[in-house]
Amino acid sequence: MTTLEMQDVVKEYHLRDGWRGERLRAVDHVSFTLEPGRTTALVGQSGSGKSTIAKLLMRLESPTSGRILLGGRPVGRSRSAQRAYRSQVQMVFQDPFGSLNPHHTIEHHLARPVALHHPRMSAAQVRSRVLELLTRVRLDPTEEFAARRPHELSGGQRQRVAIARALAPEPGILVADEPVSMLDVSIRLGVLNLLGRLQREENLGVLYITHDLATARHFSDDIMVMYRGSIVERGPADDVLLHPRHEYTQTLRAASPDPERRLAELA
Amino acid sequence: MSISTQEPQPPRTSRAREVDGATPGTPDAAPARSTARRRRGPSVPLTPKLVVGLAIVAVTVLFAVVGPFFVADPSRVDDIGLTPPSAEHLLGTTQTGQDVFAQLAYASRGSLIIGLVVGVIALVLSGFFGVVGAYAGGFVDESFSLFSNVMLVIPGLPLVIIISSYVPNKSVWLVAVVLAVTSWAGSARVLRGYTLSVRSRDYVLAARVAGEPPSRVLLVEILPNLVPLLASQAMFAVIFAILGEAGLSFLGLGATGSFTWGTMLYYAQNGLALRLGAWWWFVPPGLMIALFGAALALINFSIDEIINPRLRSQTRRARKRWHLDRPAPVAAGTTDTPTEATA
Repeated sequence: MTTLEMQDVVKEYHLRDGWRGERLRAVDHVSFTLEPGRTTALVGQSGSGKSTIAKLLMRLESPTSGRILLGGRPVGRSRSAQRAYRSQVQMVFQDPFGSLNPHHTIEHHLARPVALHHPRMSAAQVRSRVLELLTRVRLDPTEEFAARRPHELSGGQRQRVAIARALAPEPGILVADEPVSMLDVSIRLGVLNLLGRLQREENLGVLYITHDLATARHFSDDIMVMYRGSIVERGPADDVLLHPRHEYTQTLRAASPDPERRLAELA
Repeated sequence: MSISTQEPQPPRTSRAREVDGATPGTPDAAPARSTARRRRGPSVPLTPKLVVGLAIVAVTVLFAVVGPFFVADPSRVDDIGLTPPSAEHLLGTTQTGQDVFAQLAYASRGSLIIGLVVGVIALVLSGFFGVVGAYAGGFVDESFSLFSNVMLVIPGLPLVIIISSYVPNKSVWLVAVVLAVTSWAGSARVLRGYTLSVRSRDYVLAARVAGEPPSRVLLVEILPNLVPLLASQAMFAVIFAILGEAGLSFLGLGATGSFTWGTMLYYAQNGLALRLGAWWWFVPPGLMIALFGAALALINFSIDEIINPRLRSQTRRARKRWHLDRPAPVAAGTTDTPTEATA
């Protein structure tokens, strides 16, 4: 199986303000490895560089310095290398209302990645694979859902479609960029359980980007805490959250609701 | 739901589905109806504006296409100068005895051809420099943007005057190309702005992540969102072209030997039609220009309302009608109700 590794990656943005140029270091010397079968959570406040890491991993941005290695080898710039990379690394976007094109059916959204990554498949095979994907994310009746357009689905259903799309190329690594932050609280658990189950079934390596410490602890094996572009603390989930060492992690920990402490305060 | 899971059906027309759904005794009446609604795609509300606009455009186009086959030679000179409308000459004759109705038929054809050619060229140019530039980004975007800005400030009229002094025999195509070249830049800027906003949306990024080649991202994912905008820009390009050509011809700078609404007005002006009271000579082409321009503008307004529902008329009467419609199920067929979507 493949591992995805970030080696000392730096991403700087140039901000232009008239004649003066300014540099913003969004990601500052970050290194980590994603392994199959392990879920790694990346937590941090808004603007700490979490989503930039997701974009770097998806090659929507290129790093200013440092390397991204897939299976120990750097990724080439050619189109075939890109395609090979993308059949291994896929992503679930944050906003299920923005990540599906309102002009296309659900079937189009799933059939395209299937067809792109399996060029030999016939149209009928692609279609049966699409229906199979819909079954995997629990969207029944599948034919009915395949014919629908995104505006005819609820937020949770859309996010399931987005997950199915990410699974279409049969990747080994899945990047989930705050997959439930735009969903109703009542359906978050369902989507997270689905992600967890798929992760176990396919032995995926998952990077779970979030700012919710509770779900991060519940669903991941390791936690990395990001602050101002660099990773300030990392380790097994329970260790990091129960014995936070870095000052920022402690603040983050204190900010999350704790019923026992609250009860103690009330008493 | 059995209708959708059991047999893989060949795609049928929405009419057939509705007939199915209405058949008594069919257990799948409800799902059949809901799929019919879905398959029809985005529905276009037939507002009075749109209907009137389309009707005028249809009549004018029909007249321009069919008319010239049924009328006499528009250039044939006769000795009955400046006769008012009669049974023989529906719209009277010009100073030199030419049939005005025949001239109007050929002029409509000429003007519409100019409008169509300029509309298509302007659409292609603005689409290329606006959409492709914005999608490619970086240096390509900067240079395309600079080029459109330069083209934006090149004035059409002086350019045509200069060209007309160099080219003795101007064809219709030359005039059309000059009008197109001077008219695309504005809509290219509009398209560029909108494309910039679409290209950074999540579903475009998701298509790139899925491995779609750039050309497909542009044509399949981005372009459908631009269609209403392209349509309205093309409409304005056609209006601009017809008015621009009329203006040039009226000044005597139009294509040589062509018949357009502008040249009719030019000859009417030269023949002192206004002073001689020959209203049948100058009113028809003027009216055609005004009506056709108004019709295209009406269509354009309807397209704007489809893009941006906030522009729909919200008179007190319209709002009162909404309240009446709410309990009745009639409204569900024409508008997309969000309650059905989430069910």
